[in-house]
Amino acid sequence: MKVSIEINGTTVSEEVEDRTLLVHFVREQAGLTATNIGCDTTSCGACTVLLDGESVKSCTVLAAQADGHRVTTLEGLRGEGGDLHPVQRAFREEHGLQCGFCTPGMIMASVSLLDHNPKPTRQEVRDGLEGNLCRCTGYHNIVNAVMNASGQEVQR
Amino acid sequence: MSIVGTRVVRVEDHQLITQGGTYVEDLRVEALTGAVHAMFVRSPVAHARVTVDASAALEAPGVVAVYTAADLDLAPHKAGPVVEPWLADGVVRYVGEPVALVLTEERYQLADAAELVDVDYDPLDVVASIDAALSDETVLFPDQGTNTLQTTGGEFDDKAFDDCEVVVTKTILNQRVAPAPLEVRGAACAWGDDGRLTLWLSTQNAQISRATVAKGLGVDAKDVRVITPDVGGGFGAKIGTDPESVVLGWASKRSGRPIRWVETRSENLVAMTHGRAQQNTVTIGGRRDGTVLAFRLEVVQDAGAYPRTMFLPTLTELMATGVYHFPKVETSSRAVVTNTTPIAAYRGAGRPEATAAIERAMDLFAAEIGVDPAEVRRINFIRPEEFPYTSPTGASYDTGEYAKALDKVLEAGGYAGLRAEQARRRESGDPVALGLGIATYVEITGGDSGGESGRLLINPDGSVTAYTGSSPHGQGLDTTLTMLLSDQLGVPMERITVRHGDTDEVPRAIGTFGSRSLQLGGSALRQAADQVIDQARALAADRLEASPDDVELVDGAFQVRGAPASGSVTWAQLAEEAELTADVWFGDGSPTFPFGAHLAVVEVDTLTGKVVLKRIIACDDAGPIVNPLAFQGQRHGGLGQGAAQALLEVMNYDADGNPTTATLADYSFVTAPELPDFELVDSETPTTRNLLGVKGIGEAATIGSTPAVHNAVVDALSHLGVRHLDMPTTPLRVWQALTEARKAN
Repeated sequence: MKVSIEINGTTVSEEVEDRTLLVHFVREQAGLTATNIGCDTTSCGACTVLLDGESVKSCTVLAAQADGHRVTTLEGLRGEGGDLHPVQRAFREEHGLQCGFCTPGMIMASVSLLDHNPKPTRQEVRDGLEGNLCRCTGYHNIVNAVMNASGQEVQR
Repeated sequence: MSIVGTRVVRVEDHQLITQGGTYVEDLRVEALTGAVHAMFVRSPVAHARVTVDASAALEAPGVVAVYTAADLDLAPHKAGPVVEPWLADGVVRYVGEPVALVLTEERYQLADAAELVDVDYDPLDVVASIDAALSDETVLFPDQGTNTLQTTGGEFDDKAFDDCEVVVTKTILNQRVAPAPLEVRGAACAWGDDGRLTLWLSTQNAQISRATVAKGLGVDAKDVRVITPDVGGGFGAKIGTDPESVVLGWASKRSGRPIRWVETRSENLVAMTHGRAQQNTVTIGGRRDGTVLAFRLEVVQDAGAYPRTMFLPTLTELMATGVYHFPKVETSSRAVVTNTTPIAAYRGAGRPEATAAIERAMDLFAAEIGVDPAEVRRINFIRPEEFPYTSPTGASYDTGEYAKALDKVLEAGGYAGLRAEQARRRESGDPVALGLGIATYVEITGGDSGGESGRLLINPDGSVTAYTGSSPHGQGLDTTLTMLLSDQLGVPMERITVRHGDTDEVPRAIGTFGSRSLQLGGSALRQAADQVIDQARALAADRLEASPDDVELVDGAFQVRGAPASGSVTWAQLAEEAELTADVWFGDGSPTFPFGAHLAVVEVDTLTGKVVLKRIIACDDAGPIVNPLAFQGQRHGGLGQGAAQALLEVMNYDADGNPTTATLADYSFVTAPELPDFELVDSETPTTRNLLGVKGIGEAATIGSTPAVHNAVVDALSHLGVRHLDMPTTPLRVWQALTEARKAN
């Protein structure tokens, strides 16, 4: 079937198998490889992208379901002048990543979290990121990154 | 001013936060054009005779090839004393063992084709536990005659505990866990027209992988190039390479096609090596005043189906006595094979198991004599004046300040106040019990006693390229090494590039594991930079018409000591004149012994068994800190991963050897809401065993946090009669322990 998805402002139209997952469409058809696959049970969140502005785990969405919709991935997060998104900047400043594999999904989930709750408490950040697994950081600095991005105090 | 010791954000991060990393699955290099996709067909049963019929699969859409053991013309390889087949050859011995390899044109054709590989499994009796293995009722490798494939020590003194007023003994399970890096295993490979294999591999050490793959394929090491792209975590399980990579290299040659392979998470959880899996029996005896007089540790290592890593139980023996000076010590170990996934290194590899055993033993002893666990530890610590200290098991500790580390965390945590709060809750009958857990640890880093390579080049424009044999995968070592070199050479960080993980660029190296990278890889680059500075100083002396001894490097330029006005020469000027380069092997691989103390605070709901980790206060001393940002990051990660083992992680098998935690829906990673903010206490005790005075930090916090959290849970229940329960301390297990204690009372 033919699927057309606006990804990071550019429409990608490709003929794909019906069963193609959105994450594979993003990686293979659109050639955007920041979005990672970490599990096969929708548990880890490494594949989190924004679909019409809402975070989804793109390994559990068929490309066909996103047909005609708008997807934002990590690559599309920077501003027009190439400026880092506040969440990207904060992840770097707070050492919110180590190996970087969970990071694209973690950043996209954090963007969505702050869209819904611009001034979360640390506990709200922890609860909000429950669906995104990180094996490296122990989460402490990821929470700091989200607090920093929201203009709040961090605990170094 | 020196940037060493200051918080520098990572040079690695820009790419990772804007475009993502280039992990092996992201590679879009020309050599992989037209690559086929690969999937291993894996055994769904634990022990069976197998016959494979690939004919139906070969007819499936897009199938390029299906290979089985019958096709492979590779010499077999050994796992310990037994042969581990590349693909199952007649018998499978664990769920997840590779049976066949399927190659297809498109990724989505893989699973369809793999399902059509017709494998007949004729079940054999299963050895699914250590006890079953020790009984030898069923023997996995009949030629061996037993499942116990390695034995050390065990000649125990019957009178060892005769002088003790109190003796406690307990068998403590250090459960099997899955390293499970977030990026699963993956590889890509292609043979060039020059007859060389290029293998892109998610590994912690390209050079060891190259040796393994070349040996497996029966080719010369120079005919294999291994490249590590970005690696999404390793935690010890990506040391070197697994048999799959050899099979892929062979299949690429046989099929004449480049290959891409990435496993699924479910495959990863059954086919990547697991960690821990020890059953440790401790016997501890001493006086009622808290002095320990004798300690015995008996290790039984579940090695899994193929004993790939037999150093784990002996390393546990080596570190058996931890931070304590005991007059009498005895250890033994046995390693057994079972019908489960092979066991290998996982963050700490042998040391967490030792620490968990001794730190539980100290608490058991403290509980028996009714003395506070902190006090029992203080009484038995090795004293600062005893260093260097050779332990009864032969470990040569460099430096340590064990009592200081413990005092620091107890003070930072408000230990006395917490004990008072615990007493108050107990008196009031509060169903939510407070538990305090202490673990004081020493660990060994760079314990393989190997060295590491470092090569440095000053480019004609004065920029620097450094090649390290270390192979970071999230530790931030690029930044740390860049900081050290910037400091030493006076060259700005942005003018320094650190390269690693390509065997053509760095042919000789050992890589990243055992927390060795900074102390050995860093020392190697320090040494290389020293040599380059000497070369440059000689050249500069000619230009400045001075003796080399009078020339000094100040802010990246050479000048005559005490006479800056007489002119200076830059790195670029000197590099134009002559090649400034050094290639060294830092061979003084003496291990170092980082140490620390952790205090964990938990709340346990005695009605439901639910455990909440409220606080964890950690002192981890690994000598001088180069970059506090990376240093803290390693500690955070270690604390989280170590606490997770105590609280919830376990790789479970049923009696038939079926893994019951083979997806992330079943295998519990710790999530953000389950961890508290970490409270870090700093301490720096340098070592004399390398040029930087540093010890490793990659595994330390994992080693301390597991017993601290474990002890805290037991402590919370101690007033109800619980002396011990095994990890993970899940609600069910806590509730069962409470039920048993109530019955006993």
